[in-house]
Amino acid sequence: MSLDPLILSRIQFGFTISWHIIFPSFTIGLAAWLATMEGMSLATGNPVYRRLFDFWVKIFAVSFGMGVVTGIVMAFQFGTNWSVLAAHSGSIQGPLLGYETLTAFILEATFLGVMLLGRDRVSPGVYFFACCMVSIGTLSSSFWILANNSWMQVPLGGQTVDGKFVPSDWTTIITNSVFLRRWPHMLLAAFLTTSMCVSAAGAWYVLRGIHRSEARSMMHWGMGLAAVLIPVQLLVGHLTGRYVVEHQPSKIAAIEARWHDEKPASEVIIGWPDEEKRENLFAITLPPPWGSLVDSGSTTAAEVGFASIPRENWPPVAIPFFTFRIMVGMGLLILAVSWFGNWLRFRGRLETTRWFLWCAFLAFPTGFVAIIAGWVTAEVGRQPWIVYGVLRTADAVTPSLTGPEALATLLGYVIVYAFIYGFGFSYIYRLLREGPTEAGVRHAPATGNRPMQAAGSAETATGRAAAAE
Amino acid sequence: MWLVHFWAAVIAFAILMYVVLDGFDLGVGILFGTQTSEQHRTTMMGAIAPFWDGNETWLVLVAAGLFATFPMVYAIFLPAFYLPVALMLLAIIFRGVAFEFRERSTTMRPVWDWGFILGSLIIAFVQGTAIGAMVQELPVVDGRYAGGAFEWLTPFAIFCGIGAVLGYALHGAAWLVLKTDGELRDWAYQRLPWLLGGVVVVLVIVFVYALATGLHVFDRWVSHPLLLILPLLAAAAMVGLVHGIRQRRDGQPFAMAVLSVVFSFLTLVASFWPYMIPYTVTVEDAASPPQSLAFFFWGGGLVVFPIILIYTAAVFWIFRGKVGKIAQGYGT
Ligand code: HDD
Ligand code: HEM
Ligand code: HEM
Repeated sequence: MSLDPLILSRIQFGFTISWHIIFPSFTIGLAAWLATMEGMSLATGNPVYRRLFDFWVKIFAVSFGMGVVTGIVMAFQFGTNWSVLAAHSGSIQGPLLGYETLTAFILEATFLGVMLLGRDRVSPGVYFFACCMVSIGTLSSSFWILANNSWMQVPLGGQTVDGKFVPSDWTTIITNSVFLRRWPHMLLAAFLTTSMCVSAAGAWYVLRGIHRSEARSMMHWGMGLAAVLIPVQLLVGHLTGRYVVEHQPSKIAAIEARWHDEKPASEVIIGWPDEEKRENLFAITLPPPWGSLVDSGSTTAAEVGFASIPRENWPPVAIPFFTFRIMVGMGLLILAVSWFGNWLRFRGRLETTRWFLWCAFLAFPTGFVAIIAGWVTAEVGRQPWIVYGVLRTADAVTPSLTGPEALATLLGYVIVYAFIYGFGFSYIYRLLREGPTEAGVRHAPATGNRPMQAAGSAETATGRAAAAE
Repeated sequence: MWLVHFWAAVIAFAILMYVVLDGFDLGVGILFGTQTSEQHRTTMMGAIAPFWDGNETWLVLVAAGLFATFPMVYAIFLPAFYLPVALMLLAIIFRGVAFEFRERSTTMRPVWDWGFILGSLIIAFVQGTAIGAMVQELPVVDGRYAGGAFEWLTPFAIFCGIGAVLGYALHGAAWLVLKTDGELRDWAYQRLPWLLGGVVVVLVIVFVYALATGLHVFDRWVSHPLLLILPLLAAAAMVGLVHGIRQRRDGQPFAMAVLSVVFSFLTLVASFWPYMIPYTVTVEDAASPPQSLAFFFWGGGLVVFPIILIYTAAVFWIFRGKVGKIAQGYGT
């Protein structure tokens, strides 16, 4: 068996981006929440907000740091592993990523220093401003990266000249309807993820009987926000699906595991798509016109199946089929947890219903799982194209890249990520287990020049945690 | 086209900003390995903690900027340095998390310390070898890299890598002199002359080697002797550095180190111009279509870029002064 640089590069890209996205999913929401806490604390003077801020900012510091370092890897991979893509579409992807760097990364990185270390060096107003800038940076980052990816999904606003893409209409590229649905879908996903984590932390403290006032506040904010956002997300998700129906017949056929053209179409709820036999085994199917209703909002619409798509343009069918269902399933779980939680809260029974607190606690990964599943749906469903309908993934890989080189770097990333993520998660876990302690809060401002002042109290946190064992 | 030149200038400027800014924190990372006192190590970290992340982002700006404005260079350079770039990225990961992780654990601290030290070393070394390999010219056919995996690994390039390590360490020592006081500052002062001496020795050897092997760069100097003013200015800045050490003026070594970096960099730019991948791909060949350059110019170049410079300066201002005193805080 020879080492195929294409397959190895794909594994490497999928691996590094999937680990990267874990942190943006969390920090986009957390940055906004921290800015809100700081603003509330300035406005009301209520010390709970300050304690919440000082606690979550430590977790933010670690997560953000890991988001940054894994993101830097991403910024180079288009060139190292996909140099044909880079040379062909640099004229479009380049400026989008360039704007991301200019309007987001430098902003985040610069003001992050003030946010983590500058509490005693600037006035409260400037400090609040810095928190807002970090949050705006993360939002802006998601704007440009989604614009970029949306262009790869549906290449609008330009044409190919001499094998190179030449943009003609930038307004279309950054404000087309595909992007305008996917960006909110991603932002809502990030906010939901953070909400579920914050409320899970609150539930955990209540279960353990510690940090009651902060825990209440966390559950209040987290579950409240999730309950409001999740219906919006389900709607936006549906609208995102509509773009797939319009622009990417092969992806929607995979998501729906639809083998033949149908008019009106049926809807497969669950089953096992078998590419060889071109049918679904063990399928539970809703009869027509349910499929047309879901995909096109009509009872008579025709839906495309794989029979009318050339075999060489098929994506792997089972992967998008299942990941899509995982994503939607997570959305329904979030809906259930957040609405039931709020109902309990209004009845005043939230903090005594232990079985539900366990559910809320265990629901912390729902957002992450949905986000990764959603991206896998979008990206694997787009195959075999790297730029849909224009450039194939197989043609985009760096020509000079050899199998052993690709294997060496892949192994390097796997080993280093395993190590770094292992410790990163364990440090975040310890910080979370400790919770917003008095020691942590008092400790923080006293060490202005220590690296990661925010982490200062973690030293005590970990020290004490270790001693307690 | 003026837009092409504008963007070439911005990229050059971003590289320079990166070397000047990340140079000092990488240098502190390298010196960190030779410092044994835990207290001083913590102060050294403190001297770069608020800045390193912003500094490193200039590297991302260089990468994204090249991708945007000169995609061909991006698509040749990165494949040519596939393995070293990956090594550098892994080093960046280790180094980046070390800042936060070392504060969180006492048992694992040595590991993160080593990650920080080796990470800094590797990043500096890889960047130096890349410059060396560029001077020796990369094999490019039809706008694509056409060499093997280890084309960059030549004795000359390795030597340039060592030069970069020494140069960054010099820069870092000068930063420590500026930002710290007491014992640690004295320690940094003592290292400055040695590091400077090392850098000069490397430069001389590189120069002689380029002369002896008839490297392409050399023709440039012969045909444009006026350009020699740039290396001379760099040398003058180094003399100023020595003067700063003698007089023990805490600000001078860093200022002079910055100037010598600036002039050395301009020397390099002058030897390559108008090539971006010497001596095969010119600035004009590599540029994105005008629509892309213009789109990036009106928002990015004209509006955002100046704002970035302003707030970067603001953050350096907020964290001005010696590290020890930062704790007490000014003003508020
Ligand atoms: C929807 C959000 C999102 C997505 C899909 C991606 N990123 Fe990301 N990225 C962010 C959201 C983000 C962020 C929120 O801005 C981060 C994460 C945490 C952080 O520190 O900043 C970040 C960090 C980050 C950094 C470091 C920035 C710095 O130095 O401060 C780089 C270079 C990238 N990313 C590049 C990429 C590339 C090339 C991607 C795709 C292939 C990508 N990211 C996907
Ligand atoms: C952040 C969430 C993302 C996740 C989890 C994700 C996931 C993946 C996965 C799993 C693949 C491999 C697909 C396959 O090979 O079958 C892939 C491919 C790819 N994605 Fe994404 N992606 C994400 C975002 C992006 C973004 C924002 C971009 C562009 C800006 C992008 C560009 C690409 C490219 C260029 C490939 C080609 C490599 C390949 O086909 O293997 N991805 N992605
Ligand atoms: C009824 C519920 C939902 C529907 C119908 C839906 C629909 C979709 C569709 C069709 C895609 C693929 C888009 C593409 O190929 O480009 C997608 C992607 C995605 N979904 Fe969902 N979604 C739902 C719920 C959720 C939830 C609850 C989350 C997270 C909390 C989520 C996060 C994502 C993410 C991160 C992506 C990848 C980014 C993108 O392509 O826009 N989705 N969703």
